[in-house]
Parts: sequence; structure tokens; C-alpha cells
Amino acid sequence: MPEQALSDVKVIDLSWYMAGPYCTKLLADYGANVIKIEKPGEGDPARRIGPFFKDDPHLEKSGPFLHLNTNKKSITLNLKSEKGKKILKELVKDADILVESFRPRVMPGLGLDYETMEKINPKLVMVSISSFGQTGPYRDFKAAEIVEYAMGGEMYSTGIAGREPLKLGGNVVQYQAGTVGAVAAMGALYAAELQEAGQHVDISIMETQAGSADRRIIYLMGYICAGVLTTRWPPPREAVRMLIMPQGVYPCKNGFINTLSLPQWWPRYLQAMEMPELLEDPRFQNIFSMEAGMEFDAIWYSWLADHNKEELFEKFINAKIASAPVNSPEDLLKNPHLKEREYFTEIDHPETGKVTYPGAPFKMSDTPWQIRSPAPLLGQHNEEIYCNILGYTRDDLVKLRESGVI
Amino acid sequence: MAKLPLEGVRIVAIPVVFAGPFGTMLLADLGAELILVESVHHFPPITRGYMPRPPQGLVPTTGATFGGTGGIQTYFDHWAGDRPWDRFAMFHALGRNKISCCMDLTRPEGQDVFKRLINVSDVFFESNAPATMEKLGLTYDTLKEVKEDLIYLRMPGLGCTGPHKYCSLFGAQLQALAGHTWLTGYTDLDLTTTQSLLFHCDASSGATAAFAILCALHYRKRTGKGQFIDLAQIETVVPHLADAVMDYTMNGRIQTAMGNRHPYMAPHGVYRCRGDDDWVAIAVSSDEEWEGFCRALGNPDWCSEERFSTALGRLENQDELDKLVEEWTCHHDNYEVMHILQKEGIAAGPVISQRDAFRDAQLVSRGFFEAVSHREAGTHLYPGMLWKMPKTPLSIRKPPPCLGEHNDYVFKDILGMSDEEVAELEKENIIGGDEYLIESIF
Repeated sequence: MPEQALSDVKVIDLSWYMAGPYCTKLLADYGANVIKIEKPGEGDPARRIGPFFKDDPHLEKSGPFLHLNTNKKSITLNLKSEKGKKILKELVKDADILVESFRPRVMPGLGLDYETMEKINPKLVMVSISSFGQTGPYRDFKAAEIVEYAMGGEMYSTGIAGREPLKLGGNVVQYQAGTVGAVAAMGALYAAELQEAGQHVDISIMETQAGSADRRIIYLMGYICAGVLTTRWPPPREAVRMLIMPQGVYPCKNGFINTLSLPQWWPRYLQAMEMPELLEDPRFQNIFSMEAGMEFDAIWYSWLADHNKEELFEKFINAKIASAPVNSPEDLLKNPHLKEREYFTEIDHPETGKVTYPGAPFKMSDTPWQIRSPAPLLGQHNEEIYCNILGYTRDDLVKLRESGVI
Repeated sequence: MAKLPLEGVRIVAIPVVFAGPFGTMLLADLGAELILVESVHHFPPITRGYMPRPPQGLVPTTGATFGGTGGIQTYFDHWAGDRPWDRFAMFHALGRNKISCCMDLTRPEGQDVFKRLINVSDVFFESNAPATMEKLGLTYDTLKEVKEDLIYLRMPGLGCTGPHKYCSLFGAQLQALAGHTWLTGYTDLDLTTTQSLLFHCDASSGATAAFAILCALHYRKRTGKGQFIDLAQIETVVPHLADAVMDYTMNGRIQTAMGNRHPYMAPHGVYRCRGDDDWVAIAVSSDEEWEGFCRALGNPDWCSEERFSTALGRLENQDELDKLVEEWTCHHDNYEVMHILQKEGIAAGPVISQRDAFRDAQLVSRGFFEAVSHREAGTHLYPGMLWKMPKTPLSIRKPPPCLGEHNDYVFKDILGMSDEEVAELEKENIIGGDEYLIESIF
């Protein structure tokens, strides 16, 4: 296998659910050696989050867990036991990065705060990902995806006027925090190697939202520089049409398309629709006219109704119009472009067999993304890590198991 | 003073619109010398405005103007001024810690200067339409000849290979292709009605691009080798939607939009509060939390109804449940609801408007906003760093650059060009300049 960018990086991963594990998945998929530490018997709570393979709610069959933990090794360890803490400290001695995503009081409560870790390994980069950060009046507050999007993100501007603000689909806030976490972790690692000193990186999911494009950071600027409040707005065709050309989501024969217009694209639309004669049509000489827009809509809607979204995509690509089908997850999996790029990847796992997963978020020419191993079974690597790396004997292992440490 | 993590790393960038500027901002925040290569002959739409000199009538005064895009088309104080490109809010949001120089890459002499800059840089980062760099002949193969260990990242919407690679798309279309438009919406309205201008793709691809550069820098530090990175923006957002992707690949199930609801939590939603357009988000994840929720409300009668006593019952009856919850929330301020529920350990928080964000206790106490003084725009609080790293504290060290503000620094200090050489090339508008020589992009 080709060498990977991060194959010399050692990571101890105490994180759970989504944000922390996505951060360490990025590190692991680009080569880092990630040891995931899970609670004996239960494991990462993400193992209990659906959808499950064949809808079987089994610890080893959670889709999110399988996706988020590729290329990691799992050991079980009870961090509440003295012996467990001692073992964690042994692992930390040799690690480059430690990632945790507990609430801020947990690590200090366990006696595992950064100051303790720093004494064991001064070069360690400790990354803490929490909902609101390690400090501040909300640090102990509880959150969920929808609450984090409300407080940090641009939910205020998501949805339509008169209705309640709307959450973005899925758990993208968690994933974004994990992605930003990976940037911060690598930045701190770069600094640690340069300056021979690690540090404690404090990531607040609220701030990863407030500071991310698109759009919170931009609308915050809009407010502070001119007092503009960007709220939810009515569906564009009813209230705020600018051009006779379409803008937004439209129905077609077999679903929906999303299309964009710039003023100079009027001839392109007519080319895509094979109606060049409309260019001369007296009704459509002012492309900024609302009335002309209404007239054009009649032609446009009936033309769309005759074509399916895949056909329309090809027509618009040929006319150099930014337009795309509104894909379902099924359409996405069948997308010919992603197929030719070999984007989706099949991963074999002992409990599920081969399943298709999202693939590399970017392609590096010399040090490619790779799946070296599927998500680990709970405690799958206990023997490998405890015996081969830390030098415990098999007898020790039995004792540790009996006393509930692993 | 401690060095910043990427101090000494020089990144040349031609990032446009949202994703590229966001990714390069994260690298600039980390201390890289981030040099924007711009051109007085080419106006990058949306990046520094919608047109070089918008008539004052096209400068929005509220967020609702121009198809709801007012918030991103804003100019400082609603005034485009003599140099609108230096007063455009969106550029300011993502421009900090970067420097700007101008050169005309369409002319050989401009390309020569560009290559000299590449020769003394570590990374080239661009996010233009797919064919742009090819047309200019500034591909990885060409620039690798100039600087062997160069890291070169391109991030077109659909990547550098594949049948649709030359298809130039914006966030809205990438979002549609990736399935996120499908998964975001009110359950009682069809997809044509819900068209917020929120594209997660820009956030995911910008941050992922910064991570990609850091991976490549790490590898180069170890081996001395540069490389090429092909980042398709759509491919960064699909992993963020893995639940829906894998529900399809594992179970053949096609997930659809759930509005503000959740597969197993209830109540789970956004509820109206006292005030004008004030809302609170609430998520109750277990029976234990439900009990806490009821306590927080003072145990009204409906809380003890049998149908709400189990998670399944609450899910099945959530239309009625949501109405009851809202009857309570609408008598309180959204921040008040947060405090009442958080006391019982319930996840709840206001939908924070842009105005409220600037006075939010958490953001303020952590110093998220930083005061920045800008030559053309004056002094304002800007949104700041996305994380804290105390030993190498990050901050807004430099305001967003004016167009060509650092011409002299780049040409004379970095490239060591003589005053005469610079003057010669400037006379021909091959390098330098600080205002656009074009009036319209159309």
C-alpha cells in the first residue's frame, strides 16, 4: 500500500457520537494510527444510533458508527478506575494527539485534565470538542444538533418567512465541528513539532458554526457593518423575483431541479430550451420585468414537465447554466460523475459484509485516502494494544477484564 | 512571543466565492502568509461584490432585498463608496489575515511574475471554475517545473476528473446534487417552497480543503515531497450526510426531509417565543429528560398524560405535544426558556439572530468577536477564531486586504524586484494596481 500523509501520527481517541469521531476519522483515513477507547460492555453511544444494517439494532451494525470509525482500533477501558487511568496515561506517553468530546467537567473530574496530560507528554496536542467550549457561562449546558444550529448557525435565516426557522437535514453541524477539529488538530500538531510543545485546543461547536461560511459568518458581517438582519424570506417567485429567468427549485417530469440565473444567461436558457425565437419575442425584451417573468413561467413550467431531471441536467450543462437535479440519496448513489470518479467505496465488515460508504473527501496524488480496516468491533484490539504495545501478558488481560477495567 | 503554527509557510491563493475564501481563511488564521493573487482586469463575481461599481440603487439596505441575498450583498453602511470592492461585507467576513497583490495572469509577463512567486512559496490553492487554470496553462505539471515540492490544491464543485468536470456549479446546485436539498425542508411543503440560501457544502469544503493542505504540509515536512490535491466540493459534503447515504446502501430506504423533527426524540423542534420572530430550539432525548422537562414547566396537567409518558407515545402524538409546548414557550423570552430548561439538563437554546449573536453571553465571554480597523471600512467587531489554542493564540492580526494593498511588499520584498522593474510592469498594468479597470462583468 502507498504511504499515507499521516502514517507517522499517533492518536488516542476518547471521543464519541459524531463530531469527535469525524475529526479522528479524517485523521485515520489519511493514515494516522488511531486507538479508540470505549467504555467496556457499552462502547461509543453512536453504536446505538440508527440507521442500522438491515434495521437490526446491534452494537456492531450502526450505520453512523460504521462510517465514523473506519481505520480505527478499538480497545475498551474504564476511565473511572484507577488502573484504567494509569493505562490511559501509558498510552498518552507515546501519542501525538488526544481527542475528547466529553462535557468540559468530565476530564478534570477524572483527574485527566490537560495539565496532567502535559506532565506525561509535553508534546501532546489535546483536542477538546464540546458544544459550547471549555469556558463561559454555557459551558455545562446540554445541546443537540438542532440546538447547536439554532445557537451557532444560521437557522434564523433558514426556512421561509412566517414559518418557524428550519434545521438543515442530517447532522451536518456535528460533522462540520469534526472537520474544523481536524484542521485545528493538524495546526496544533504542526506547531508542536516546530516548537517542541503541545497544547490544549478548545473547540466550541457553537463557534465552529458562528465562524463558518456559508453563511453565519457572512450574515454576522452584514449585520455589524450595516445593521442588516438577514431573516427568512418568502419563496422567491412570489415576492422577490429579479429576472424573468428562473431561480431556485422547480418541478419537472420526475422530480425537481435547482437552477440559477445571471442576467447574461437569458440566451443560454433559450438555447437549452431550444426556443431561440423567444429572443426576438416582444414580450421578453426586458429581462428584469416581473410581468415578463410571469409570462415566461407558463412556457418554462410546461417545458420542464416534459423532461426528466437527468435530461435537464445534460441540457443545462451543454448551455453552461448552473443547474442540477435535486437528488435523493438513491440518485446520489447512481450519479454517473461520482461513479466515474470511483467516489463511493465498498467496505467489508465482519457483521455486515460488504456495504457502500461515502469515499475520500479529497484525492491526494501521492498519499491517497485508504480504507485499511473497517470500523472496529467493540474491544477488537484489546490484545494487540495491551499485550503487543503496552506489554501486558494474557494473564494480566484476564485480570483486567475480571475487574471491569477493560 | 510564541510563533503561530504555520508561521513561515507561504500560500499563494486564487479563491473565489465562499468555499475557497473560507478554507484559505483558516490557513491564514493559523499563521500562514496567505497571498491573494488578484487582477485589476478580472472581477471575481460574488467574491468582492456583484459588480465592480454597483449603482447606489443596487446596494441593498435590508436582508430581504434582491431575492433574500441582501445579507451577502451588503456594503458597509449601505454605501459602496469609491472603492466598493474594499467595502463589500462578504469579502470582509472571509478576508482577514490575508494579503493582496495584483497581476494579470493572461499575459506572459504576468505569468512570469506569478511563477517567480510560486518559486518561493509552499502551496498554491485555487477554487475557480474548472477550466480556468488549464486555460491559463498554470496546471500542476507546469508549476511543478517551477517549484518541485509545491503543494497544489484545486477545488472545483465536481472535481478535476469525471464526465461533468467542466460543469460550473454554485453551492445551491451542489447541495441539490449531493442530496442535502432533498433532506432539508418542512414536511408539509414541497421542495419548491423551501429555498434558503444556506449551503453546507461551502462550509464542509472550505474546512476540508484546509485540512487537506495541512496533511500535505505534514507529509512534505517528513519527506520533502509536494503533491496535487483534487478536491471535489460535493465529495466533502456527502460524508456529512452519511446517515442518509448508508440508510440507502444498507436498507434501500430513501430518507426524506423531517423538518425540525428527529427519528427518536420528542419534543424536538423550534418553538415560538415572546417577541417578534423569536424562537427556541428544544430537544428531549430520553424519558428521564422528559421528566426534567415537565418539572421545568411546573408539571402542568398535560405533562402527566399517559400518551406522553413514553418516547414512542411522544413521537406518535407530537403534533399535539408541539402545540402544548409552544403554548408554554410563547409566554417566555427565548433566552429565558433556555435557562429554565437547561437548569433541568434539557438541551434548549434560542435561535440566535445576527443581532443577538453580538450580545450573546457565551460568544462575548469567550471573546469570539474582535475589533478590527480597516482603511476603507472603519472599525467594527468581526466574527473571530473558530477555536482556541492558548500557546499559539490565534487572532485577527491583519484586516481584510484592500485590492492590491500589498503589491509593493510582494513584488519588492518577497520577489526582490527593483523599483524600475516594478514601474515598468505597472505602466503596462501587468502587475500592481488597486482598482478595477473594468466596469461590468456582463
